[in-house]
Amino acid sequence: MDKKNNISNLTRRGFLKASAATGVALSAPLFFMQGAYAEGKKFRNDPGSAKTVKLGFNVPQTGAYADEGADELRAFKLAVKHLNEGGGMLDTMKPSSLKGNGILGKKVEYVTGDTQTKSDAARGSAKRMIEKDGVVMISGGSSSGVAIAVQGLCQEMGVIFMAGLTHSNDTTGKDKRRYGFRHFFNAKMTGSALGPVLKDEMGTDRKAYHLTSDYTWGWTQEESIKETTEALGWKTVKTVKTPVGAGDFSQYITPILNSGADVLILNHYGKDMINSLTQSVQFGLRDKKVNGKKFEIIVPLFSRLMAQGAGDNIKGILGTTNWNWALEDDGSKAFVKAFGKEYGNPPSQAAHTCYVQTLLYANACEMAGTFYPPEVIKALEGFKFDGMGNGPTEYRAEDHQCLKDVLVVRGKEKPKSQFDLLEIVKQVPRAEVEYKADIFKGDLGPYEVKS
Amino acid sequence: MKISIKSNLIIMLIFITIVLSAPIWGKVIGAAYPDLLQKFAIFALFAIGFNILFGLTGYLSFGHATFLGVGSYTAVWMFKLFSMNVLPAIILGTLMSGVFAYIIGYLSLRRSGIYFSILTLAFAQMAYSLAYSVLTPITNGETGLQLSQQDPRYLDALFGVAVSDGLPSTNFFGLSMSGYSGFYFCAVILIIGFYVSLKIFRSPYGLKLTAIKSNQKRMKYTGFNTRPYLLSAFMISGMYAGLAGSLMAVTDPLAGAERMQWTASGEVVLMTILGGAGTLIGPILGAVIIKYFENIFSALNTAELHSIFSFMPKFMENIFVFITNPFVGDGWHLMLGVLFMLVVIFLPGGVLEGLGKVTNLFKRILGFKSTKQGASKGESS
Repeated sequence: MDKKNNISNLTRRGFLKASAATGVALSAPLFFMQGAYAEGKKFRNDPGSAKTVKLGFNVPQTGAYADEGADELRAFKLAVKHLNEGGGMLDTMKPSSLKGNGILGKKVEYVTGDTQTKSDAARGSAKRMIEKDGVVMISGGSSSGVAIAVQGLCQEMGVIFMAGLTHSNDTTGKDKRRYGFRHFFNAKMTGSALGPVLKDEMGTDRKAYHLTSDYTWGWTQEESIKETTEALGWKTVKTVKTPVGAGDFSQYITPILNSGADVLILNHYGKDMINSLTQSVQFGLRDKKVNGKKFEIIVPLFSRLMAQGAGDNIKGILGTTNWNWALEDDGSKAFVKAFGKEYGNPPSQAAHTCYVQTLLYANACEMAGTFYPPEVIKALEGFKFDGMGNGPTEYRAEDHQCLKDVLVVRGKEKPKSQFDLLEIVKQVPRAEVEYKADIFKGDLGPYEVKS
Repeated sequence: MKISIKSNLIIMLIFITIVLSAPIWGKVIGAAYPDLLQKFAIFALFAIGFNILFGLTGYLSFGHATFLGVGSYTAVWMFKLFSMNVLPAIILGTLMSGVFAYIIGYLSLRRSGIYFSILTLAFAQMAYSLAYSVLTPITNGETGLQLSQQDPRYLDALFGVAVSDGLPSTNFFGLSMSGYSGFYFCAVILIIGFYVSLKIFRSPYGLKLTAIKSNQKRMKYTGFNTRPYLLSAFMISGMYAGLAGSLMAVTDPLAGAERMQWTASGEVVLMTILGGAGTLIGPILGAVIIKYFENIFSALNTAELHSIFSFMPKFMENIFVFITNPFVGDGWHLMLGVLFMLVVIFLPGGVLEGLGKVTNLFKRILGFKSTKQGASKGESS
């Protein structure tokens, strides 16, 4: 009996050994294959001699920022069309190396993904694009949390990330990366642009109450606006953090009525801003008089899509924006015309920044003459250009932030059409919003990454 | 005795072969890229652990994502504080979620049935809000906990690991944990986890857990104290979740609060029921199906659908694209919902029951045919 048991034990061991051996044998070829694959190429997803090159567009298709995401995707598709066939801002961009025959003679294709405005999901779909679809560049996103998460991933993977709509100081501040580039402006610039206008319109003796989206963008915007307003002499009564996608803000708005504040600053974006603004107006905040002054609401970051969602409530409210379709320069006109022809409505600022980012990446590849990321990065760093809707613009080499004019806007009292919702109060020149790159900590990291 | 050893072995052998050959069969279904394969392995592990609680004892926990999150956060903190080697991360991630599971289990297991589910859900939501806003210094809130260049990494510093000028990447004694090597690491842990679960299923301990499911009152009357069994099962399954969570951090060193949201807890319930609760392989199948849908179907768009159906005549192609379009892209949840309904209504035992039915059917047909062939052969010769 004992003997038999021994035998069965032995066979079990044998089996285990055999299974382990099978495992190793099965996995071995893949290790070698992968090694061979990595050795033959200089960088990840080199299109080599292929006739096409793939870009990855990672946008929120669900969640609080889905409207922006949908518009970004439209802009990306248009940018790909223009890169392949010419047209749009290709005609107005200066200096431009783009020929309208794809990038470096390769036809541009694209894949899309849904970030769900969640870091995990966004990184998941970015990884799919990089590992499965073989993209050379990732763009898009409508949340700074997502942008920072994806930017970090792109640095590790060695794929360039052209950020879409992200307004947090951290994206090109403490979380800046060598492989990440931002065309959009940031909270710091919003504060600098808004300050003088607020002083003119509301004076220096105000009490502000902040409602803030509880993530990196909200935090830095609150910080920057607080800094600006307190420099004017305003007092900050209270700052309250609200979860992203909260839907119902009434529990946050009722305390404002008795707080003694006479200005409400909504650090919200997308559907959150539409809901919180609408509810604030419903609660009668704008009809109130506090401390002998009219109660005011400020939405520091504004977009036409949000204005459309908020309807009449947006009238007379101040904010800043990166770009507006009503601008009269050649680049804006060309873009609005092409976009309108394709989709029947004017583009949003999110669409504009994504479109420009795609073109800038393509142009940098043409300038560098290669898709090799370190060379493309060097072409983008310090690149000065014009004719893309924001006047003369520079990609600062130290932090990969674009420096350009900022628009202060107000919700129009008498809109001429359903899209004509914002009037431009002031075009704040670059010099007034510029800041030194080293006021934020953080490190860009290396050009070369092992793929 | 001998037979059971043998069957264990065969199951393990088949399982190991299937798991390690995933990069090969994954090609057929378009899933052969490291990130998705890693997810397959990690969520399979998560579902196996959940199944030890739900499948064996019948206690439906609606808060298992908490342990996933705890595992992730602990692992990332280990990377930040001690070492980029994954060993301390996964060990402490598992232990820490065990501690959480003990506390939550101790409180929740005072009730059973729907009340237990509600309690676990409440705890999970609490943990989520804590991670999301209250404990921001520890969890970095919505942005998620990430590595940074300034992290101390005491152990690495102690052993003189060279500091790279970029962010360091996770490794297992030098073996990088991204790409395919990361997948094989997860796969080996999945295999170990599966073996442990197999042992539990076929042990007297597992039998007692099943007895709790079938009639806890009767068990109590016979003199068994069921609480320790329940609590240990809850802890084991929580530690599986913690291990899965720390593996998520290993393959991608970032932890976000949304990992703990109730939707994530619901997902593992779906996986287990979809695959077949209480079966060994079922939850793994469920995990693979759901992750496959999430990653592949959600990325399809109209143009790709047209190319899939391009073998048909033009008008048929258009009709098929029109019908399938709402179910792919951002509509993949709809597809999953329909599939889930079909499975629950027609195959209460999950996909595994369906597979069993199909193989039975084939066996019947083939068996019938082969005897017929044999007979005809016999005749001709």
